Amino acid sequence: MTTLKVNGREHQVDADADTPLLYVLRDDLKLNAAKFGCGLGQCGSCTVIVDGRAVLSCVTPLLLVEGKQVTTLEGLGTIEAPAPIQRAFMEEQAAQCGYCIAGMMMRAQALLQRNSRPTDEQIRAELEPHLCRCGTHMRILRAVHRAARLMDTAEASPSSSRSAP
Amino acid sequence: MTASLRITASVIAIVMLAGAAAAYAVVWRPAIAAIDPPALQAFDATLIKRGRELAAIGNCNDCHTVRGGRNFAGGLPVPTPFGTIFSSNITPDAETGIGQWSEAAFRRAMRSGVNRAGQHLYPTFPYDHFTNVSDQDDQALYAYLMTRQPVHAPARENQLPFPLDQRPVIAGWKLLFLRSPTYRPDPAQSAEWNRGAYLVEGLAHCGACHTPRNALGAERTTAQFAGGDVDNWHAYALNERSSAPVPWNAEALFAYLRDGWHPDHGTARGPMAQVVSNLSSVPDAEVRAIAAYMAGKFGVPTPDRKREGEVALAKAKTPSGSSQVNATGASIYAAACASCHEGGRALPYGGVNLALSTAISSPDPRNATNIVLSGVRAVEGERSPIMPGFAASMNDRQISALLSYLRARFSNRPAWTGVEETIADARRTQTVLLQTSTGPRNAPSDPSQRDKP
Repeated sequence: MTTLKVNGREHQVDADADTPLLYVLRDDLKLNAAKFGCGLGQCGSCTVIVDGRAVLSCVTPLLLVEGKQVTTLEGLGTIEAPAPIQRAFMEEQAAQCGYCIAGMMMRAQALLQRNSRPTDEQIRAELEPHLCRCGTHMRILRAVHRAARLMDTAEASPSSSRSAP
Repeated sequence: MTASLRITASVIAIVMLAGAAAAYAVVWRPAIAAIDPPALQAFDATLIKRGRELAAIGNCNDCHTVRGGRNFAGGLPVPTPFGTIFSSNITPDAETGIGQWSEAAFRRAMRSGVNRAGQHLYPTFPYDHFTNVSDQDDQALYAYLMTRQPVHAPARENQLPFPLDQRPVIAGWKLLFLRSPTYRPDPAQSAEWNRGAYLVEGLAHCGACHTPRNALGAERTTAQFAGGDVDNWHAYALNERSSAPVPWNAEALFAYLRDGWHPDHGTARGPMAQVVSNLSSVPDAEVRAIAAYMAGKFGVPTPDRKREGEVALAKAKTPSGSSQVNATGASIYAAACASCHEGGRALPYGGVNLALSTAISSPDPRNATNIVLSGVRAVEGERSPIMPGFAASMNDRQISALLSYLRARFSNRPAWTGVEETIADARRTQTVLLQTSTGPRNAPSDPSQRDKP
């Protein structure tokens, strides 16, 4: 049994140490946001956040995440209350088929957590490991910038007495 | 003053003056008159095209271009054991580049490491090899460089401690180590071999990375191609000390240098990536010549080496069960590496079976460490092999477990020592590594572009 912390909850998982994290998330925990794309760490659709850093879950064996905080897209927000990154991607209509988008959002989220105002260049460099065959790249870029602005507002609003216009 | 004292004083004065004159002769080089940057039409198109191929063989853009920067505008930091030296601007910009250099000034720089103004250049610029380049080839290189886009980019200040920051010191280095020429044709060998020797010992300057250097930074001629250091990577031995599991031969070398990969050896990455990217744009015959000459340097493999190679190839074909000796390493390998490296997908897009990897059989664990940490980045605008980096998902202890496992399972060499320190060092140099890692800059991968000057 391995103890796995996912989206703030602890799970006991009965899987071998060399099982890819992605399989455990999807098959055992029924968290289906992270996608199986290539299974080789080359497309980015399986990306999740582990201790604040974007990680390709299809090539990450379970033993590497023991005791660490795993965050999947489900951990960021819900349909009713989407997180800033999710809202931004919806508002920019950055998804077409959407298969790559969960991974894109996770890496963008990890980027924004350590750099709240990334440049175009930095976003491009960061998202380089992700493939999108629909070609919504320019919208994805805009969505990440929008998410950065939304996060600023979200962080400012609870402590701020100003009401939103 | 007595007569004898006067004589002694005169002798001392004369010796000192002679010494000063000798030192002056060693150090002083005249400036060569500035010219107005020549017009594009001054150069013949065929000569420019030839210069382009030669510049690719010389890998000039690798040091003289900052990643993402303008071609040949210089400014790339080159780390050396003595300090950091920044490459110079070799575009024909009059003020900050070589726009005012005559062909004679260019040839002098190539041959003896002196710039137009008469200053000695640091041997990071490998004139100890370029001294072998023919007048004709220097002329073509000059024509090519003088017809590039001029870029205004002032030189960056080198970071060297005193007295190494004093350029006259370089004259002393040259006195000790600069020999000219170091290559002479060998009539007993084929024309192809001789062409290869001319390129390898000259413009291609393979030894600059692959030959170890002495305490003063000069190549140890007695240990030619015994393996060296470059940018926190190990440049593998290219002689009989090669640790490639399968011995190299001329055919394999040609394919590797031409295409950037070979099924029995893997793909060229790290600092070698730019070299093969450049070599993909030059005529086959030149690469064949380099391969023929280098095959001679590796030598004919001994029966033992041959057998080892056959064993490695057989091992690569049959999947071996995982060992329980290092369960952490085995589990990481199974989930993170095997899907590509034992996936049965052909190179270059599948990973090489690690039983064939020189990174694993090399005595130096740095290359394997660098690749595990930062992966192999996609090359912009080209189909290329890629590998994810694992710096974010593994800690040093886990990477160390993985590397020890790979070494034990896939090579028959003794365990590496100091792996944890190597990993810590590699993590520290990541930023540098990523800034200076390569992508095609001046050698278009599109073959239809290759014939254009």
